Amino acid sequence: MSVQAIPGTQIKAQAASPALTAEHLKQVDRIAGLNILVAILALSIGALLGVFQGLEHARVINIYPWLQPVIKTYYQGLTLHGALNAIVWTTFFICGFFTFAFVRSLNRPLKYLWMSWLAFGVMVLGLLTAAVPMLTNQASVLYTFYPPMLADWAFYVGLTLLVVGSWIVGYSMYFTYYAWRKENPEKRAPFIALAATITMVLWQIATLGVAAEILFILLPNALAPVLGFTAPGMDPLLSRTLFWWFGHPLVYFWLLPAYVSWYAMLPAQTNGKMFSEPLARLVFWLFLLFSTPVGFHHQYADPGIPEIWKYIHMIFTFGVGFPSLITAFTVVASLEIGARARGGKGYLRWITRLNWGDPSYAAQNLAMILFIFGGIGGLINASYNVNMATHNTMWVPGHFHLTVGSATTLTFFGISYWLVPKLTGRKLFTPKLALAQAWTWFFGMLFFANAYHILGLVFSVPRRTMLGEAPYYSSQWTPQMIESVVGLAFLTISATLYFAIMLFTVLLPRKLDKPIEMPVAQPLDPTPAPKWLDTWWPWLNGAIALVILSYGPMLFQLIRDAQNWSRGIRVW
Amino acid sequence: MSEHEHETQHSTGGEPGAEAHEENGWLHVEKWEGVWIRVAVAMTVVFIAAITVAAMSFGITVPGATARINPMTLNDPESPFANPGIRELAPGKYEVYMVAQTWNFVPDRIEVPVGSEVTFYLTARDVIHGIKIANTNVNMMALPGQVSVLRAKFDKPGVYNYICHEYCGYVANAPIGHHTMYGQLIVTAPDNTTETVQVTQ
Repeated sequence: MSVQAIPGTQIKAQAASPALTAEHLKQVDRIAGLNILVAILALSIGALLGVFQGLEHARVINIYPWLQPVIKTYYQGLTLHGALNAIVWTTFFICGFFTFAFVRSLNRPLKYLWMSWLAFGVMVLGLLTAAVPMLTNQASVLYTFYPPMLADWAFYVGLTLLVVGSWIVGYSMYFTYYAWRKENPEKRAPFIALAATITMVLWQIATLGVAAEILFILLPNALAPVLGFTAPGMDPLLSRTLFWWFGHPLVYFWLLPAYVSWYAMLPAQTNGKMFSEPLARLVFWLFLLFSTPVGFHHQYADPGIPEIWKYIHMIFTFGVGFPSLITAFTVVASLEIGARARGGKGYLRWITRLNWGDPSYAAQNLAMILFIFGGIGGLINASYNVNMATHNTMWVPGHFHLTVGSATTLTFFGISYWLVPKLTGRKLFTPKLALAQAWTWFFGMLFFANAYHILGLVFSVPRRTMLGEAPYYSSQWTPQMIESVVGLAFLTISATLYFAIMLFTVLLPRKLDKPIEMPVAQPLDPTPAPKWLDTWWPWLNGAIALVILSYGPMLFQLIRDAQNWSRGIRVW
Repeated sequence: MSEHEHETQHSTGGEPGAEAHEENGWLHVEKWEGVWIRVAVAMTVVFIAAITVAAMSFGITVPGATARINPMTLNDPESPFANPGIRELAPGKYEVYMVAQTWNFVPDRIEVPVGSEVTFYLTARDVIHGIKIANTNVNMMALPGQVSVLRAKFDKPGVYNYICHEYCGYVANAPIGHHTMYGQLIVTAPDNTTETVQVTQ
């Protein structure tokens, strides 16, 4: 191969990647740390509001009358709970964690460091812009903001900026990935870098739906009175459909960062190895393929969408469940390798030899156990007509507190137990407290989610409702309400512990004894993955094709037949 | 799902697979991993089959695309929603036209004899609402501009609550709001004594 280093022409030579300097890493870590700081601050408010909701549901105490100087209603609190926990906590944590892990995994500086700073700035600007109407009760539309309910324009502008900021996080990664690929044409992309990039591309495809909803439907209506033109009106079904284009892959945006940690970091935290690294790549590619063409499974109960399309999306939904089924085997096998290396024996006794003493490990393993139940519940929700038994009942919050509230959140807690000490150079305060935090979260969610599942399935108790004030409140709910409050008590202790641990870790001057490195699990079989598992075009084009096939015809009809009969209404 | 199974022994804790992969070879899948993948595929197929049979043979289905109606015209004389309520089509067969609005269902009380088959037509006047009739498979969203349709048979006497399950607003300190929005369907026994207990199971 001839070396052509003439400027402006393609460099065929394998130019070495620029070195990763300490100064660059410091900047990357600062970006990661600030993202995680915002995430934890958001969660502290969001979690507190969750406790108030649970107490209200069980008629223990209705705290909202006392909150009225700040929070006017239960539903304003619920909007904040959903937005801060499900959007802000997750998105900021993911962007921080990925920026950190991507650079380490690729062992290459970010191509455009300023882009990652810009991304953080835009996300914070978006958060602050959206926070104003949410905190002043101008946007109590819950985090799904279904039209024709119409919030203050600043809410939509803020959300848009937050999402665009997270896109820029992705762009910074894509440019860096592309540069690395040019410099290393023959190498396999390191797993963590590849998986993180796939997740950000998935997020890019997913958010196109909600971006279209906000830009073409909600903002024109919300801005009309401000700018003095006639509101164009809106079609609620079209809006909902665009929202759910985004709404389901959103859950994979929450879940896949946890999978990155479970596959590629957690085994290393218990002396294990990646059981089959190529299969893990396949899993991520399958998520890219199947995560978006599934949105109608959130609209099984909607009018206006023919059953056949709901049925097709049901099939794809089972398709996207499949890589999670593979994960259940492969991740457990990776951990078992570790447990046996640590002297574990027997069919199941090895489980006791996992690294349970390490809070980062324990939290994530407990998150996985809760996700077994979350995953089974998800398959039930996906099951078309079976969904009629659970749709919009308390079953659903029961379900997603096991998924995003446990699989994701408890995993992020676990990650923060090594990442925050790494970023701050301070010792974790303290491993014992952190262990207690993980276990209380586990039991809290177990009780809480179990109770809510039963309330929904057996008693048809509705979700998103200020139940304590409902005239149909029934004494038959009492056993489950008590169970949920027991769960809530555990969760309150756990959340308090978490914020205290983070606060004292960051503030107390307890320097690390020895430096912490990102845990990276080595593959059991060092043979590189086949090249087709490191190649973008079939998967990316396949994902785009599936989105077009699964959404194209129905969206074409919905747009063609759109009737802007509805005007934005404020009902709070 | 392309996989090629090598019967190499590198089970948990074992040696790395001895076989080298070709650059563009198939994915190497360990034996038990391959078994599990097959089990996962089989489970998925069985689930989909069960759902399909339930939908096709037992008619347990979800709302589809039926009709649209301008929410501004619900009160027009020719609108089927101008006089919401229950209509008897034939002995034991009824249809209910229902409007969901902030913050009540119209009608909010329906009475049918036991054994009745009732078709529900639901639309929304203002924002999105939802309805689930307790202990039935009637669970649907009410969207402005759309008509949702589902049918249910009521074989057990009792009081069935139907509750709004999509957040539809609440003004601070008001006596009503989303959480007070519900109605009751009363299924009467042949001797015409209405049980006062709520059906829950």
